[in-house]
Amino acid sequence: MSPQPKSTPPKNAQPKGPQAKSAQPRMVTSAERLRRLLALVPYVSARRVVGLAETAATFGMSERELIDDLNLAWCVELRAPEPYCPIDLSYEDGEISISQAESIARPLRLAADEASALLVALRMLAEAGGAGQPGASDQGAGQPGADQRGGGDAVARLIAKIEEAAGAAGAASAQVAIQIDSAGARGTAAALNAALSAGHRVHLRHYNHGRDEETQRDVDPMRLLVVEGRTYLEGWCHRAEGVRLFRLDRVLAVDVLDLPASVPDEAEPVDVDAGLFRASPTDVLAELELAPGARWVAEYYPCESVTELPGGRLRVGLRTPDTTWVRRLALRLGEDARVVAPPALTDEVRTAAAAALAGYA
Amino acid sequence: MSKRRTERLLSIVVLLLSSRRYLTAEQIRAAVSGYPEEQEAFKRMFERDKEELRDLGIPLETGRASSFDDDLGYRISRQDYELPEIHLEPDEAAILGIASRVWQSAELAGAAAGAALKLVAASRDADGEAAATPPLVIQPRLTTQEPAFGPLWEAVRDRRPVSFDYQASGRSEVTRRTLEPWGVVNRRGRWYVAGHDRARDAPRVFRLSRVTGPVKLEGPPGSVQVPAGTDVRELVKDWDKPLTREHTAVLRVRADAGSALHRWGEVTPDAERPGWDRVSIAYSDPDWYPGYLASYGPDVLVIDPPELREAVIRRLKGALG
Repeated sequence: MSPQPKSTPPKNAQPKGPQAKSAQPRMVTSAERLRRLLALVPYVSARRVVGLAETAATFGMSERELIDDLNLAWCVELRAPEPYCPIDLSYEDGEISISQAESIARPLRLAADEASALLVALRMLAEAGGAGQPGASDQGAGQPGADQRGGGDAVARLIAKIEEAAGAAGAASAQVAIQIDSAGARGTAAALNAALSAGHRVHLRHYNHGRDEETQRDVDPMRLLVVEGRTYLEGWCHRAEGVRLFRLDRVLAVDVLDLPASVPDEAEPVDVDAGLFRASPTDVLAELELAPGARWVAEYYPCESVTELPGGRLRVGLRTPDTTWVRRLALRLGEDARVVAPPALTDEVRTAAAAALAGYA
Repeated sequence: MSKRRTERLLSIVVLLLSSRRYLTAEQIRAAVSGYPEEQEAFKRMFERDKEELRDLGIPLETGRASSFDDDLGYRISRQDYELPEIHLEPDEAAILGIASRVWQSAELAGAAAGAALKLVAASRDADGEAAATPPLVIQPRLTTQEPAFGPLWEAVRDRRPVSFDYQASGRSEVTRRTLEPWGVVNRRGRWYVAGHDRARDAPRVFRLSRVTGPVKLEGPPGSVQVPAGTDVRELVKDWDKPLTREHTAVLRVRADAGSALHRWGEVTPDAERPGWDRVSIAYSDPDWYPGYLASYGPDVLVIDPPELREAVIRRLKGALG
């Protein structure tokens, strides 16, 4: 048994620098910690020697927590039939090695939840990337590049390997299906993924549904996102001179330009956790009263407020910088909706309806 | 406290994996530090430890320690415990990193990340430069904000019937439903559960956000039979089958408006009215289409068929208030 862990100077165990400080020790249950240890020991053991910092990063913990875990494993002692320490390891100069890991040198099998959660995520990734879908690449706009094919291929290879390793534990994942976008969006995703990998600017023909408007714009792609079942391109739009999100199923055509993308330093990615469509306090608050037949509006659009009214009616508040789409929505809903506020919008809807009816007179 | 417990559990795992024989609770107690002297306290603690190990997915087997002994013993079969051989390439490890960040709910994110760590731990070849530059530049996110998701995921996984209160779309009353769940489906960001509705005696699909109140489990694990050949992906496709556009509308559309109508329809300039086009366009749903056309306001006028024209006029009159 090696004496190193206990004799190693405690310098590694001291939090130092802002980075170490920010990694606050989180409360970890004994089960979580055991689960981590049963992966950590095989991780180090399969690599003979591995960096302390690299290992801590892989396991998402601070170096101090990692050293605590290593000490814990090293301290395991079985007292009978005769005393022995099954795990022997050392850490020194920022490197860890395990000379003896005994029966836990291999990771534990995947549990049903683990295998299913991962397989569902991978299948979603395959669908979103336009990869692993037969025929996806030939119905889209533009050609997927070699990089994209490589990526899609890696997803498919990985799924096959995990299905085999998981065995029955992965079975439940077949009962979970994720469906995103349309086939056309997948083709567009493949083209945009190629542009992103190559770092190229793209030219988009884009349809704004709310305004019923088609526009053309040059965009320097930043990333592809799948949020709430739809794929979006986030990029620096030269026309708007700002970061914009484009829903892929509303991209009518994409050309990958032979120009390098140059995203300005001030371009901030959208904080998706805060919601895709964040209302600004300067936006207009449009309020609608909905009949039971129009209750779907409350589920479909991000509402600032939803209030139940007698008879299954609802009152919803929608905050938006541009009320064009709310006017169109009110016309579509007809007698199932009434614009309560702002009064100018109520008038706009009436005027539009009256003008349209005049055409039928 | 928690550290000692982790140490004790780890010791049990190492001990039982190294033994071919079943070891009795007393033998385990003798080998592992940290159990109390007092018999009842030991028994309680040992029961909790066994439960915790099983919850982690450790295949703890029970059997007779020896043919002379009535005491039950425990062991962990190495073959059942160990992850089978798997070798990941660096690009696969990079994909694994993206996939383990897809789930946004703590529980499933933890499960996916736990699986990814096990797979990376087993594959020395996974470390490499490609891990830094993933071959796919996409970040999918799956959220599960509906409270019903957790229990329904478990019910589907363990094949258990459930019951819940449900408020159907456009209705204010709530009905109690009993379902043998076949699968959960996320369609365009929204979760649904599909299965056999016992009261209706037919397959039904429910939207999770309309489940009100708790989901109750109604039977033991394994008591739901998913009919052979059921593919939840197919259930999704069923709702999404290509629409048959068997109706045709003739419209008058302002030439500088209605870009979607111009794109999909057959367009000819309107000889009678300069600045307007005549658009002939196929549509599938006579209930949905009038609303869609009304949303264009004065930019679109329906010429034919008469029932579509009437339906659009009705909407517009409704919007007039």
